[in-house]
Amino acid sequence: MTMDTTTTPRSIIELKDVRKSYGKVTALHGIDATIREGEFFSLLGPSGCGKTTLLRLIAGFDEPTSGSIEIDGKPMAGISANRRPTNMVFQSYAIFPHLSVAENVGYGLVPKRMPKAEIAAEVDKALRMVDLSGYGDRGAHELSGGQRQRVALARALVMRPKVVLLDEPLSALDKKLREQMQVELRALQQSIGITFILVTHDQEEAMIMSDRIAVMFDGHIAQLDSPQALYRHPVSERVASFIGVMNFLPATAKAAGEGELALDIAALGAVTLPVAAVPEGISPAKVTKIGVRPEMLTVLFDDSDHAERVTEGVVVSTSYYGDMTYYSIVLDGAEKPVTISMRNTAGRAVAPVGARLRIGWGAESIVLFS
Amino acid sequence: MSRISRILPNWLGIYAVAFMLFLYAPVVLLPLFAFNSSTIIAFPLTGYTTEWFTVLWETEALHSAVRNSLFVGITTAVLSTLLGACAARAMARYRFPVKRGIVGLVMLPLVLPEIIVGVALLVVLVQLGVPLSLWTVIGGHVLICIPFAIAILNSAFASLDQSLEEASFDLGESRWGTFRRIILPLVMPGVISSLLITFTISLDEFIIAFFLTGTDVTLPVYIWSQLRFPAKLPSIMALGTIMLALSVLLLITAEWFRRRAARRQGLDVQAPGGFVG
Repeated sequence: MTMDTTTTPRSIIELKDVRKSYGKVTALHGIDATIREGEFFSLLGPSGCGKTTLLRLIAGFDEPTSGSIEIDGKPMAGISANRRPTNMVFQSYAIFPHLSVAENVGYGLVPKRMPKAEIAAEVDKALRMVDLSGYGDRGAHELSGGQRQRVALARALVMRPKVVLLDEPLSALDKKLREQMQVELRALQQSIGITFILVTHDQEEAMIMSDRIAVMFDGHIAQLDSPQALYRHPVSERVASFIGVMNFLPATAKAAGEGELALDIAALGAVTLPVAAVPEGISPAKVTKIGVRPEMLTVLFDDSDHAERVTEGVVVSTSYYGDMTYYSIVLDGAEKPVTISMRNTAGRAVAPVGARLRIGWGAESIVLFS
Repeated sequence: MSRISRILPNWLGIYAVAFMLFLYAPVVLLPLFAFNSSTIIAFPLTGYTTEWFTVLWETEALHSAVRNSLFVGITTAVLSTLLGACAARAMARYRFPVKRGIVGLVMLPLVLPEIIVGVALLVVLVQLGVPLSLWTVIGGHVLICIPFAIAILNSAFASLDQSLEEASFDLGESRWGTFRRIILPLVMPGVISSLLITFTISLDEFIIAFFLTGTDVTLPVYIWSQLRFPAKLPSIMALGTIMLALSVLLLITAEWFRRRAARRQGLDVQAPGGFVG
């Protein structure tokens, strides 16, 4: 779904049919993926989907049961973590408690037999990069959660790795700080241009930060795409409901003319789509369900408002978020309510529960599922 | 307020005082008679003297007993701490079949009567034709000291976050380098604490040393042999005073190291796992 109109970047990591089993339990069932140089790549999925296992295989803490991992064109089989061009930011940060901030950051330069003065210069540079200049002499226990996270990042960056691996690095921070760090981390990655691989279960975090996201369920990659493509064109119901909110409505495929597909959607009515709109892997006749995002449905408050298609429904509940209001509305002819998000404006009050509203929608905003 | 709760604190106080007296009065008598000028261990006290300490200084047999005890104590401390560290590491890091059973067996000497251990070891050694020496004493002492070493080191190793080792390894450090730069400094206070406590245990131990020693005697065995001569009792008191002071000093040092270790790793200092406090 993604299209690179510019030059295709070089690949930095090649995963070929990577499998991992622990005894009878299979954690990864044949992962194939290419991670490009300089991109921010996320492994997104619920806990137990294998994303952390995959990250640890890339880092070299574990060997795959079968399949191959190539980093920068070199097969990594038999190469242990301390000789791989990757560095990890751990979920717990793993700051060495008996060392100062500077000693933590310079830790990996010591085995390289780098002269002391050079280490100090590199450490300074790395600390400046993460906005911690002047913290070098602090003890590890004197740092806040956000600062520990920055130290862990500086400690990885100072190694000049080909790939930085991040294992849920923001999950221990509170919401405000987490949002700030998401933006900072993304900006830092873009300015230094190193490939970052982030493991997260937070779809919003993955969407905000990533160039591309691999959505993983049960040891498989369900979809690998850009955030926009994942949001607009999820390949399965499961991906669609994991990324943001999606309203699902049953639909029946009717026979149609050349290159066209006629659908009868519950509560929304009949619609004809070009066959090209049907995602790969779904035969047009097998479409049983459609999805539509909350912001793709519009409440038509004024009689003068119009839309491509219009239906009606009754408000059953509302959630006010300040900038947005989420309406739960039962459309005429439907059983379950759909969620509709509307941007609040100065001149309009939130519609009360029980109100009958006109809802506008467009055929091109719907997503098809088998 | 019930009547019981009004009376109870009072009784508890009396019980506590009686208990402390029972526990520490004999210990207090030791230095008391060590500085008493009479050769008879009885009240009333007759006067202050340091004569008995001078006698100690001049007794050659005592000096060799002290040397033997130091040799046995230090060797035992090093060996049992080394073995204890391996066991504690295995317990903290690895899962293996019948782990609980194996751990239980290793810890068993903690509750076995020393006389049983001593006699059993003696029988085995004699059967095997091993000549009794300070080394056989060391063997016995290592056996009874390992559970203590494990108990102390286990808390040090168990609180070691595994991701610290992985981080070190990930940053290009070797296994040995990770041990030297991360694991060792973090468990060092526990190691020192274990060395001190196992040394103290070995230094004080009598029964096993009595059964397993050859011609070279350790300090407790020497003291026991001197008890037959009433005239030497006051100098034994003096010796006991010195040993008591040293033991207390060692235990306090060991506990200080254990707490420092806990603080370093940001743990609750009051958490159980120590032997003092």
